[in-house]
Amino acid sequence: MNLNYTDDQIAFRDEVRAFLADNLPARLSEKVKSGEELTKQDHEEWHAILNARGWLAGNWPVEYGGTGWDAVQRHIFEDEMTKAAAPRIVPFGIAMLGPVLMKFGSEEQKAHYLPRILNGDDWWCQGYSEPGAGSDLASLRTTAVREGDYYIVNGQKTWTTLAQHADMIFCLVRTKKEGKPQEGISFLLIDMKSPGITVRPIELIDGSVEVNEVWFEDVRVPVGNLVGEENKGWTYAKYLLTHERTNIAGVGFASAGLEQLKRIARLELSAGKPLIENPLFAARIAQVQIDLMAMATTNLRVISAAAAGQAPGAESSMLKVKGTQVRQEINALTMQAVGPYAMPFPSEAVDGDNAPIGPDYARAPTGQYLNNRKLSIYGGSNEVQRAIIAKAILEL
Amino acid sequence: MNFDLTDERQMLQDGLRRFLRDKYTPDLLKQIADSETGTSSDVWDGLADMGVIGALFTEDQGGFGGAGFDVALVAEEMGRVGATDPLIDTGILGGGLIAALGTDDQKAMIEDIIAGTRQLALAHGEPGSRYDLSRVGTTVADGKLTGRKAVVVNGGAADTLIVSARTFGDVADQEGISLYLVAADAPGLTRRSYALTGGGHAAEITLDDTPGTLLGTEGQAFDALPTAHARATCAISAEAVGLMDAIRELTVDYLKTRKQFGQPIGKFQALQHRMADVLIEIEQARSAVINLAGHLEAEPAVRDVHVAATKTLIGQVARLVAEESIQMHGGIGMTEEYGLAHLAKRLVMVDHRFGDTLYHMDRFIALAVA
Repeated sequence: MNLNYTDDQIAFRDEVRAFLADNLPARLSEKVKSGEELTKQDHEEWHAILNARGWLAGNWPVEYGGTGWDAVQRHIFEDEMTKAAAPRIVPFGIAMLGPVLMKFGSEEQKAHYLPRILNGDDWWCQGYSEPGAGSDLASLRTTAVREGDYYIVNGQKTWTTLAQHADMIFCLVRTKKEGKPQEGISFLLIDMKSPGITVRPIELIDGSVEVNEVWFEDVRVPVGNLVGEENKGWTYAKYLLTHERTNIAGVGFASAGLEQLKRIARLELSAGKPLIENPLFAARIAQVQIDLMAMATTNLRVISAAAAGQAPGAESSMLKVKGTQVRQEINALTMQAVGPYAMPFPSEAVDGDNAPIGPDYARAPTGQYLNNRKLSIYGGSNEVQRAIIAKAILEL
Repeated sequence: MNFDLTDERQMLQDGLRRFLRDKYTPDLLKQIADSETGTSSDVWDGLADMGVIGALFTEDQGGFGGAGFDVALVAEEMGRVGATDPLIDTGILGGGLIAALGTDDQKAMIEDIIAGTRQLALAHGEPGSRYDLSRVGTTVADGKLTGRKAVVVNGGAADTLIVSARTFGDVADQEGISLYLVAADAPGLTRRSYALTGGGHAAEITLDDTPGTLLGTEGQAFDALPTAHARATCAISAEAVGLMDAIRELTVDYLKTRKQFGQPIGKFQALQHRMADVLIEIEQARSAVINLAGHLEAEPAVRDVHVAATKTLIGQVARLVAEESIQMHGGIGMTEEYGLAHLAKRLVMVDHRFGDTLYHMDRFIALAVA
């Protein structure tokens, strides 16, 4: 048992840290710190900087233009990125689709799409959830019917994150209605410019627009865009989910959030003293910090096992539940710390030519609290994660 | 022991519930959200016609109610529909302080308030004062006020503002605080009005040598503030219970109709037990409001124990109800378009007025534990 990084890992961390210090545009880190929404151009700018260094695809092997890092290196990189307030790497192409194509895609698909992901030619989005298929994803009803060299796709996807920016969508579609629901699903790549696709943005409770509804009406998709075999899409989707969940604990986000919470609690005065000196509030911060310290080690235990070659299993469900609990508690405490200035509606607090309302640190917490209710809902709700733990670990 | 409403209150509740159910359509809520003031003058006129504003005042003050249970009843019904009308600001804080401290001439304003023709706001909190009632840095010289007031709810729509200022003493002293009536169009007064999370509007107010008329005794206004705040706390806590009831109804409906894995999700025991906990806590919140309403006219030492206890519990239950209801709805609960969003946000924001769980837990420890 040794809780410390090796010398090589420390050298790697220092290299990442130095790179971020030299290359992360201050304009972008300021936006991340203030909780401002990033534009498509912001994301593309940051992806291009990382790609130029060869560090965009931390989870890809070298032969496809990735870094070939192990799980510990990926963790160090993500940790440093969060500490530096770098924009997160948009996961849909890099973290999600890339590994699926490498394992199940045709040579043509790999040769065509993987470089385009790295170069930012295609912005991908994920077409999984439907209005009637959320936690019960396998009940999805968007259909793809083979007609000659095309699939004809009809149906609706929802909660499609950043579809408004997307050039391409990878979709789970139903190609067979008989048998178990999981056995009739296929994995299809669809050009968002295809006739018959409509995107409608969904406004969330914090006023942000990051998810969309996507409709498909007689959309023609070349059969060459099928990944792997027809009706095997569920297997590919499950494989993708294990990759989606590598950074599921969000330790970096939680650590950054905890720092922000403490900063605000030192500045806010209650009865003439810094809020952080209030024993009741300090106890609540202490509780979440204690939880985070233990969770960070649980996270490293799972990462370590993954680096040693074990496939991530139900442990990621454990990290998702605890990780989101910690982050949501930090969000709630931060909003509380702000006091009455938590009340202005987020988009009103910074409004064009007007002077901002309240102190600078007061503007983001309410929106973050509201927006991060999603953490325990998306990527398999925490209820679904608990069911997985009960079944896969406890064998109940 | 009798927890039934009197006949008069039952009539008021029935009438108000019907009126608000009819008025507060999703269209109206959207219209209000998009409006300049965050309120509807149509609803306000209706409330005045029904005597709802008058129910916040005693007969001596020209109203027909004014007791804790009147305040709670009205506010709970408002909460049930997510109403944003400024009854607390114009009626309870504004009208209440004028009734408590005003000269006969000043009290004449109460008639206009009850008739729905005058809007008020209490401009007391300042940047950095958080929930501390005695922290006032706004200065006054020769009846002219200079300073800044923060998050003044209804401050943009108010015709008259009640502004606190320091006549003497240190910034946190209870002694030395005075209240002034200030016309919204007074020289040197600027307002920046903005929408609030969960509806309604507030304003940042700057006063620069702005003339005001003294309300109450110079330097001795502080004692009126905890009383006004106790009544406002009773109202906002009751409003929270109304919001909780509405949210519970929406969530239970959803649990019964939303199907996943071939059955309504309400059939899953994991969700059943959590919803049962939500119900238990809402009933705790309802009892806490009854405790406060029943002690609102008690001596301050007794009353304030209940203010602290009730607001602490309301803040805790509000967070539980809002978070659990969003979680059990899943993605749809995250959308602005669905009715839950407005109700849940309004409920969460209850903890940011008149002291939060932390402030009131501290107060409760000092008053009833230590």
